[in-house]
Amino acid sequence: MKLELKGITKRFGTLVANDSINLVVEPGQIHSLLGENGAGKSTLMNVLYGLYKADEGQILLDGKPVNFSGPGDAMAAGIGMVHQHFMLIPVFTVAENVALGHEPTKKLGVLDLDAARAMVNKISDRFGFDVDPDALVEDLPVGVQQRVEIIKSLARDAKVLVLDEPTAVLTPQETDELMEIMRGLAKSGTSIVFITHKLREVKAVADKITVIRQGRVVGEAEPSAETAELASMMVGRSVGLTVSKKAANFGKVVLKLDRVSVLDDRDQRAVNEVSFEVRAGEILAIAGVQGNGQTELAEAIIGLRGLQSDSGEISISGLSGKNRSVRSVLEKGVGYVPEDRQKNGLVSEFSIAENLMLNGSFTKPFTKGLGIDFATRTEIAEKRVKEFDVRTTSSKTPAGKLSGGNQQKVVLARELSREVELLVVSQPTRGVDVGSIEFIHERLVEQRNNGKAVLLISTELDEVMALADRIAVMYRGKIVGIVDAQTDRAKLGQMMAGVAV
Amino acid sequence: MSAETKKEVRESWKTPAVMGVLSATVLVFFGILGKPEAVSFELTGVREVVQLPNIEVGSGLLGTFAGIALVVITALVAWQVSQNKRASIWFSMLFGAIALVALLGWLAAGNVVPVAFILGSALVLAVPIMLGAMGGIMSERVGVVNIAIEGQLLTGAFMAAVISTITGNQLLGIVSAMITAALFSAVLAVFAVRFLAQQIIVGVVLNVLAIGITNFLYQQWVTEDESATNSPGTLPIISIPVLGDIPIIGPVLFQNRITVFLAIGIVIVLWFILFKTKLGLRARAVGENPLAADTVGINVGRTRFWWVTLGGLLAGLGGAALTIGSSGSFGREMSGGLGFIALAVVILGRWHPGYATAAALLFGFSIILRIWAGQVSPGIPTNFITMVPYLVTLIAVVGFVGRSRPPAADGIPYVKG
Repeated sequence: MKLELKGITKRFGTLVANDSINLVVEPGQIHSLLGENGAGKSTLMNVLYGLYKADEGQILLDGKPVNFSGPGDAMAAGIGMVHQHFMLIPVFTVAENVALGHEPTKKLGVLDLDAARAMVNKISDRFGFDVDPDALVEDLPVGVQQRVEIIKSLARDAKVLVLDEPTAVLTPQETDELMEIMRGLAKSGTSIVFITHKLREVKAVADKITVIRQGRVVGEAEPSAETAELASMMVGRSVGLTVSKKAANFGKVVLKLDRVSVLDDRDQRAVNEVSFEVRAGEILAIAGVQGNGQTELAEAIIGLRGLQSDSGEISISGLSGKNRSVRSVLEKGVGYVPEDRQKNGLVSEFSIAENLMLNGSFTKPFTKGLGIDFATRTEIAEKRVKEFDVRTTSSKTPAGKLSGGNQQKVVLARELSREVELLVVSQPTRGVDVGSIEFIHERLVEQRNNGKAVLLISTELDEVMALADRIAVMYRGKIVGIVDAQTDRAKLGQMMAGVAV
Repeated sequence: MSAETKKEVRESWKTPAVMGVLSATVLVFFGILGKPEAVSFELTGVREVVQLPNIEVGSGLLGTFAGIALVVITALVAWQVSQNKRASIWFSMLFGAIALVALLGWLAAGNVVPVAFILGSALVLAVPIMLGAMGGIMSERVGVVNIAIEGQLLTGAFMAAVISTITGNQLLGIVSAMITAALFSAVLAVFAVRFLAQQIIVGVVLNVLAIGITNFLYQQWVTEDESATNSPGTLPIISIPVLGDIPIIGPVLFQNRITVFLAIGIVIVLWFILFKTKLGLRARAVGENPLAADTVGINVGRTRFWWVTLGGLLAGLGGAALTIGSSGSFGREMSGGLGFIALAVVILGRWHPGYATAAALLFGFSIILRIWAGQVSPGIPTNFITMVPYLVTLIAVVGFVGRSRPPAADGIPYVKG
């Protein structure tokens, strides 16, 4: 099916989210919609899916104008959407999730689950999805849940499939599998709109690229275009994609782990006798597929999670002991950027200024006697906002209202503006736009150049390879090996699958 | 496939631990240290067609055997847990039943236990709780917390008594009880769905309102002439031919008032609708993830409104069961917390009609046990017996419920767009 969007304009109050956007997706084409977070990609797709009503413009399917008043209409017309946050019921089986909303029934509205299972199996077999229709969705890995979402759309005979930032939650392997699936679908005639801000993926899979910036189409490109060219189109200025850094100048050991073991929330050993050192002036990156103990490792270093009774010790500039308090760790000069900034990095309801003083709420300059020094707080907040390029109208704006990249800058501004010896940074650029990624990377390297020790935990192999001086690969709670930053991608990939090299 | 395979979750040893303590208590106190007198279980009443002999057994002996049986069940559950399987709910129920028989045997040492009477009364007493819980399940399954069940039982009880008396038609009384409670529920539904109000607060207000209105009408109007307003009598007892003549089961299940039969039917129908039909699948989806339901074209607001409102019908019937289904007249604040027990039953029963019914029966049983044991007066303080229902709740909640998980969107208003 051929999809055309003509002059779509969508305004929220004075903000123009989409400004007369034109887009043509040919049948069987993988059309990539490239743009930073907040460029208006998701708004456009929500208009297409009937969740928003366009103020101006027209949607045409195979040349005929259509009008959607809700997702139901869009689905009936053959448009399927895989949302960034999955629209699945965790406690239902795959078959129930796929059937929901257009359930096959026997007499009296009795569910025909056999028919639903058959439908899942049919689609699953056709595209090689390997999904068990009777599995509970909550028991499935994220990548498989995403396939369930795709099956949901295909079961409704979707001719146009919209994938909204589908790789944001996926591991590198799962991303490759998804791309394979997209190619298979396109070959069978499904048109695919692939929304993303990741350049490498666009180049790998797209047939056609439309770049959106600030609600407008700023250009079209072929996948053969240079990465740097695409990036500058997307950001609106030229961006350096590789981080330039001089040779490392190793100092004394700041962080030392000696056979450290940690349990996860379900009392399973998540970190298994891990030992390594991070020296001043270097970035040590922990690479690995998500869920291999990285989260627990970071929490243990900060003191948020206790060590197992038979575990060895963590020592930070001489501070050790099994029951180190978080406060004593922070006072040793440790900055911490947690992997989930919305849950653990910020208080969304608090203003930027309030968030910026969270780790200094018991010390000067934020305090005055028993109270808060509001004038100084505002002053510091204004300064940090400027210094870290946080795009906001005021430092009084609630942190939750900022985009992902700007939220992360607030967290960084807070953690880097103290005298730190060691930085523990988890997934610093997850869900962050290209412009901000560049900024964040530069800041981390700057810290290293200033002689700080940086522990970077990331599942993004590109990031690890760009920043690290040494790379430790983690698999099932163990360090498979520690290699230098020049190690090639294939070898790292093998290590991430547990093969010691 | 990715390396992100789900790690196994260790099952909790809580259930076998609680079972172990209880087994030991029964074995030691009711068995080994038990009373030597015989206890007589009367299986059939004098007026019944088929007569069975009474079963006589030494109280201590019964306690010992029951204790051993409990130890065996505990061992089986412990084995399940050690295999990392979830403790079977049927084992828990069997355990509860045997423990209660042992308690009966101990209380009634040297006395007669009227088995059919106790079981039958337990069922009748459980009906209002059961129906209230079914209303609660309908509401919570679509994501609306309904703590106004208490108020709905109370208004249902009032309407059933008064309308039956005035019109002389008990059926009309039942219908008006159901409709009034449904209207009450509809108010909650409108506030929860349309105005996104805090559901707990609306529920509390509705409860206070129900108490206020019924108290006012009762004092100002009903007590003026109770014979004209509050003497509806009770519903006739229907005995189902043949089935009603089976010993024990007959009098317990098949010789009852229409309210009991309706309650049993409703449990089965509700279970079927919830888990076997399209309607139920959609309702559960709305309670778990309303946004996901919305994106596949399910109208969240409408679904919530109707399930909550129709749930009120069931609570209203439960109210009718309180007056014309058992006591025969309305009394001030007569629901006396049964609506809140129904809420506990919803949770205890894991939002499942069948398990909730089992939990309601447990409460019915402990209420009749309290009444009956007071009459047998076995020389133990009545305060202890009065505690039994609450002890049962505590043990059930702590030991047997385990990880009970409410519908994910329970109590959370759905804001579109």
